[in-house]
Amino acid sequence: MSPKTLYDKIWDAHVAHEADDGTCLLYIDRHLVHEVTSPQAFEGLRMTGRKVRAPERTIAVPDHNVPTTAGRDIHIDNEESRIQVEALDRNAREFGVHYYPVSDIRQGIVHIVGPEQGWTLPGMTVVCGDSHTATHGAFGALAHGIGTSEVEHVLATQTLIQKKSKNMKVEITGSLRPGVTAKDITLSVIGATGTAGGTGYVIEYCGQAIRELSMEGRMTVCNMAIEGGARAGLIAPDEVTFAYCQGRPHAPKGAAWEAAVAWWKTLYSDADAHWDRVLTLRGEDIAPVVTWGTSPEDVLPITGTVPAPEAFTGGKVEAAKRALDYMGLTPGMKLSDIAIDTVFIGSCTNGRIEDLRAAAAILKGRKVKEGMRAMVVPGSGLVRAQAEEEGLAEIFIDAGFEWRLAGCSMCLAMNPDQLQPGERCAATSNRNFEGRQGRGGRTHLMSPAMAAAAAVTGHLTDVREMMQ
Amino acid sequence: MTPFTTLSGIAAPMPLVNIDTDMIIPKQYLKTILRTGLGVALFDEMRYNPDGTEKPDFVLNQPQYRQASILVAGENFGCGSSREHAPWAIADFGIRCVISTSFADIFYNNCFKNGILPIALPEAERDLCMKDAEKGANARIEVDLAAQTITLSDGQVITFDIDPFRKHCLLNGLDDIGLTMEKAASIDAYEDAAAQSRPWV
Ligand code: SF4
Repeated sequence: MSPKTLYDKIWDAHVAHEADDGTCLLYIDRHLVHEVTSPQAFEGLRMTGRKVRAPERTIAVPDHNVPTTAGRDIHIDNEESRIQVEALDRNAREFGVHYYPVSDIRQGIVHIVGPEQGWTLPGMTVVCGDSHTATHGAFGALAHGIGTSEVEHVLATQTLIQKKSKNMKVEITGSLRPGVTAKDITLSVIGATGTAGGTGYVIEYCGQAIRELSMEGRMTVCNMAIEGGARAGLIAPDEVTFAYCQGRPHAPKGAAWEAAVAWWKTLYSDADAHWDRVLTLRGEDIAPVVTWGTSPEDVLPITGTVPAPEAFTGGKVEAAKRALDYMGLTPGMKLSDIAIDTVFIGSCTNGRIEDLRAAAAILKGRKVKEGMRAMVVPGSGLVRAQAEEEGLAEIFIDAGFEWRLAGCSMCLAMNPDQLQPGERCAATSNRNFEGRQGRGGRTHLMSPAMAAAAAVTGHLTDVREMMQ
Repeated sequence: MTPFTTLSGIAAPMPLVNIDTDMIIPKQYLKTILRTGLGVALFDEMRYNPDGTEKPDFVLNQPQYRQASILVAGENFGCGSSREHAPWAIADFGIRCVISTSFADIFYNNCFKNGILPIALPEAERDLCMKDAEKGANARIEVDLAAQTITLSDGQVITFDIDPFRKHCLLNGLDDIGLTMEKAASIDAYEDAAAQSRPWV
């Protein structure tokens, strides 16, 4: 048998039909649905009299629009948001899919709920009308975002029309240094490849530094594969993966578990598999990073300075000028001199328990800078409950953070949590696009520990200085 | 879906690289449960002042580009989220073809579901289109999907690549779901086999 990558193996196990030109119908094991990209798809089914083919493989949860303050299960003020959440409610019940409403403690960001409930397992195909579906690749599942027409296609047929992508290997050798996290890995990779560097590829992340990450960290890495342009990110499953999955509500049990693990253990890239592109970074070389511009590729170590547009070439010169203007920064300025007024800890990139622990470790016994608006939005109701149990909530509240209910919140600011024009935010989310967190708002992406450090000092800060 | 066969129209130049889906349509417009009516919100933050008045400098606000049906853009167009609201807004504005050097994967896919033809060209050829677009209403560009050609205002012809299956669907306005449902027997067979080999899924 010819050697295969992990991607090849998962792909081959899911081809339901292949046309002569290589166009495949890929069978979808799990379809996650949220309120923003699904109403038109369900409406399409209704108009054509079609059903959901596999409601038992379909999981719905509202997350993008929901307020993160108390009382939201009774009433949502914003009318359009309320209509979308109500539409999901109606569609989920009418079509009989699994559903976690806002009143359910298991509700949260769809990419956090899926793994948490054991819906996401190794070797699966997972799709969602959301680009950060890439997150689930951390389990060695082929997971990617789709548009609303494709949501309707999957609902109706449980398949997706796909052509195979190319294989790219991103290896992180050695170990990370203290203060450096999964977020720094994934941002550094994007800094190295650019936001279009992964276009046309499925990336497999491997190497010692990846192996040494927890499942939470691996999800952070894969989450941002999309910011690198890749269709999906993957990490081969191992004992860490199996330990995370075991005992989850929808993970297999008993003999079925044994059979599943036996298959999962075959899910790795063969030693002599072919890679269309390879990128290697040394774990030791990765520093805590922040973004300075309005594209996730605008990444620099926190010890750096704001670059000049002339340092770039081609269309990027104009883009950098525009970014500096939007961000209100001047070339040559030290990144650690950039003052911030808002801190957002949360999102599907960094809203899991480990992220809250990392931030709380910095905040313990410290206070946020006066005048700072700082909020923590746990990724799910269960993450929130666990953080309360571990005493993390208390640390955040004592430090001066708002302790919110689960949802996407200020990651994309579709709910009331938004930046005002000119406000500058240290954010643990994944996109620093113009207006992403509110019209005119300025976003610097970083790890939870770095965001916590910035909250304390009031400016972008090298977290390593606070760890001594 | 509306078929795409040929198109002759004015092209608007947007040389900026990495135009993301938040720029194409910001989140406040994602709250709709409809597919239509998003054209007014296309490129919202670049196109309007906070008070809702138009920014005269923005390309689609200039008289010669108000009727543009083609967009010529910088590389990595459509990066960011999976929101199909982006192609919905583009189509609703009246743009049926986007020409760039590269597109983000999900956006590229979404175009085909909405009768929009995204064309990826080598940089030199995209630049020729950009030059033509900069001539405003004096230049009409013609796109012929069947022949896979772009004809510039001076008669120069550029050919482009496109996946044959996607081309077929776009030319004929075919509904993907209907096509896939014709293969229901294959899907049934796959499900039966998977129930044996991976019963835990
Ligand atoms: S947290 Fe942000 S990136 Fe993640 S699903 Fe929600 S809006 Fe998208």
